[in-house]
Amino acid sequence: MELTGAEITVRCLAEEGVEFVFGYPGGAVLNIYDEIFKQDKFKHVLVRHEQAAVHGADGYARSSGKVGVALVTSGPGLTNAVTGIATAYMDSIPLVIISGQVPVPAIGMDAFQEVDTVGITRPCVKHNFLVKDIKDLATTIKKAFYIAATGRPGPVLVDIPKDITQQSHEFAYPETVTMRSYSPVVKGHSGQIKKAVQMLLEAKRPMIYAGGGVVLGNAAAQLTELTKLLGYPVTNTLMGLGAYPATDAQFLGMLGMHGTYEANMAMQHSDVLLAVGARFDDRVIGSPEHFARDARRIVHIDIDPSSISKRVKVDVPIVGDVGGVLDEMIKLIKAGKEKAEAKAITAWWTQIELWRAKNCLKYNHASPIIKPQFVVEKLWEVTGGDAFVTTDVGQHQMWAAQYYKFDQPRRWITSGGLGTMGFGLPAAMGVQLAHPGSDVACVTGESSIQMCIQELSTCKQYHLPLKIVNLNNRYMGMVRQWQEFFYGNRYAESYMDSLPDFVKLAEAYGHVGMKIEKPADVEPALREAFAMKERLVFMDFITDQTENVFPMVPGGKGISEMILAEEL
Amino acid sequence: MRHIISLLMENEAGALSRVAGLFSARGYNIESLTVAPTEDATLSRMTIVTRGSEDVIEQIIKQLNKLIDVVKILDLSDGSHIERELMLVKVRAFGKDREEMKRMAEIFRGRIIDVTEKTYTIELTGPGSKLDAFIEALDQSAILETVRTGASGIGRGDRILKV
Repeated sequence: MELTGAEITVRCLAEEGVEFVFGYPGGAVLNIYDEIFKQDKFKHVLVRHEQAAVHGADGYARSSGKVGVALVTSGPGLTNAVTGIATAYMDSIPLVIISGQVPVPAIGMDAFQEVDTVGITRPCVKHNFLVKDIKDLATTIKKAFYIAATGRPGPVLVDIPKDITQQSHEFAYPETVTMRSYSPVVKGHSGQIKKAVQMLLEAKRPMIYAGGGVVLGNAAAQLTELTKLLGYPVTNTLMGLGAYPATDAQFLGMLGMHGTYEANMAMQHSDVLLAVGARFDDRVIGSPEHFARDARRIVHIDIDPSSISKRVKVDVPIVGDVGGVLDEMIKLIKAGKEKAEAKAITAWWTQIELWRAKNCLKYNHASPIIKPQFVVEKLWEVTGGDAFVTTDVGQHQMWAAQYYKFDQPRRWITSGGLGTMGFGLPAAMGVQLAHPGSDVACVTGESSIQMCIQELSTCKQYHLPLKIVNLNNRYMGMVRQWQEFFYGNRYAESYMDSLPDFVKLAEAYGHVGMKIEKPADVEPALREAFAMKERLVFMDFITDQTENVFPMVPGGKGISEMILAEEL
Repeated sequence: MRHIISLLMENEAGALSRVAGLFSARGYNIESLTVAPTEDATLSRMTIVTRGSEDVIEQIIKQLNKLIDVVKILDLSDGSHIERELMLVKVRAFGKDREEMKRMAEIFRGRIIDVTEKTYTIELTGPGSKLDAFIEALDQSAILETVRTGASGIGRGDRILKV
């Protein structure tokens, strides 16, 4: 049957089992929107800004494990979406972004709402396509979903000129797709896996360091089983939180720039390190030279060969799907006679407990002003540790990471690589749509929330009962913290003056607003808010202005060179 | 270390910009880059000459492999290979220079492919070092214009880069 390009586009999305398309209409995509109007296979979510469309699709993808889909028009529609695309790219999130383009004959003519979409997005997508012939449309969309979801996932963009959406062509959605230029390695090399197990069992001071790859690869169960089997300490990166249950005793907390003392010390002093789906980035290991000062052997499992030996040389690289590789390691350990070096491991744990006894996340509980850490701790209690938590970027993000103990993967939704302020609210919309009936909290700050606050309107339209936890310190807190530490207390433009009345603002959008100013009111407010199952509640917590995030590894330093709270 | 990397990629619009963009975005050095379709019209072959430590070269190859349009890569520097580059040089050729230029072209096994009363255009093929030597050997003030293609390379014997 002959279908128009617009019909084909919509049919392809339905064939892929897409549930939600986050988008915003405009001239170049009007034909596609007309077909969306006529169908009922998927729901369209109308955002208020294209950045939020991509973050919404991203939150959906992170929390569900499925491919998220966004649809934007040409020109400014696309350029607004770029921040969202780059956010997803840095965190390897599978998305398909469909953008309208001016008609093929108008390309290159500086037409109205024309931009070089393929050129602009090229450095921040896994791949992109410009469809110049309608006969390629269905195959291209199929390829886009395939590329986005396989190997190291990532966003893929399909740019569709308006005239292509008008032309007609025979429609047949390909069942499968093979590409000679793209075949990600899935199965880890058995010889390497054997070597890795041997090395792990010889360890005297072992450490397991797991990142976002474990979450994306759905390998949290395997990571937990292996860690339990070995009895070794484990840490998660910011992206990996939830990959290993945070309430378990073998978990040392997050590592990195704002990681725990025990995680960073154990990382630095380990003699064998198992890195799983992590990439040794600058916020995690600090200076590679400092990290290399203590000798250690490293096993690194990753689906992306280019992540291996990029910043840190490794001894046993294993390219493959982390879940499969961990399964094979578990099998080998169970089948083998060799056991971990019990005596050495006990001594290592004794050392770790000494580090842990520093209690590096302690803060002043007696403060008459609300401490932001306290709000996150209470949030964890009130939600039974079972909420989906999205964040924006800055101090509140680090406190959420440190104090909300995630026991399950895909509950922690944060912009790690790009560090995008404005991510939290739209991402939470995607999470709530993927998990209706679940508690979804957006932990944010008064600066970040204003970057995409227009989405309160979208939340009203789709009845998304998010709980917004605004840690309001009247500062761009992380900027202020750096200015305090490294810029002689010169707080250049980091104070947020003329803030809106968030309670009234929430009400203006048709939601519930609360202002909380005393520590004693924190828990009751949270309980009240989470009891309102059908309403979005904006909780404006007036917090301590001068609170800092500790521990902290200053930029360029080694991870064991932390500033702790009591040292100041 | 200088490396010469050959790759086959899908002959798609924008494929070249993906490679060039990768090098600029990650701060890798490109000494030369040549690209043209192969006997299979769906494939382009590219030859990149770059410099970097072994770690950097390893990353370059991994990052190139990650590009969806790249089908196959071979670091020609890993084994024996042949490199050739084409250069066209327009030189001043009148008076006593005229005979001298002809002789120089012959010594370097170049060919004169265009002649005017006052100029010769000489075509020269060889490894980059030979082309450099030719330029060195000429009277610099006699050189009116040069154009070089950058290196193309191929493995020796049965080292073959093919899909």
